[in-house]
Amino acid sequence: MTMTDNPSPITTRLDGEAPEIQVSFDILKRGAYASPVIVAVCAVFAGLDGVFSALYGMALVLVNFFCAAGLVAVTARISLGLMMGAVLFGYIARLGLIFLAVILVRDASWISLTALGLTIIVTHLGLLVWEMRYVAASLAYPGLKPRRQ
Amino acid sequence: MEALSALVAELTGDEEKAAAAASSAGFAYGLAAIGPGIGIGYLVGKSVEAMARQPEAAGMVRTTMFLGIAFTEALALIGFVVFILIGL
Repeated sequence: MTMTDNPSPITTRLDGEAPEIQVSFDILKRGAYASPVIVAVCAVFAGLDGVFSALYGMALVLVNFFCAAGLVAVTARISLGLMMGAVLFGYIARLGLIFLAVILVRDASWISLTALGLTIIVTHLGLLVWEMRYVAASLAYPGLKPRRQ
Repeated sequence: MEALSALVAELTGDEEKAAAAASSAGFAYGLAAIGPGIGIGYLVGKSVEAMARQPEAAGMVRTTMFLGIAFTEALALIGFVVFILIGL
């Protein structure tokens, strides 16, 4: 079957492995590679506070990726309609969690809000561009990438 | 709104500036979250349609969808960073 005549997003569900989880693990791996550079840059202009802020910001971004991936992976096994709802409400929920995570530490002595903010943006966009380049270059999602014999 | 106006009237110059900065930051964050919300809704809606029509292509659609969601969300994160830099 190549095409469904009457597709119903409510009853359609996707079994099998979840590519989002693989993408998230890839992003985590790349984040580990990039972390020394980001931490070093933050240390240069914000000192020790910059180091802690950069680590906190990177942790926030990576946890955010994993939450998004987990939400899609779990709900896609149930129903595509549920997945859509979960992604939309998950977006609001994750923004709220990031907001809460920053509000909780904003007055901490070890935080530099500038370093934290820049780390969040640079890490998020940088890791995404890096991962996208890999996915586009492999012409398939990581689980389908041909392995060398 | 009247309560806000009354509160602002009681503030001194610096406090007024801080209050204006906080409310502007809140507006900025709220406005920055609207666009990505619409974008993610459209993106996921089209992806679900594609996956329901052609389930065997679901793997690639899901990967692209996940990256698209994350890219769209970056706009909201930029709004959030503006919020924490000028509002907190």
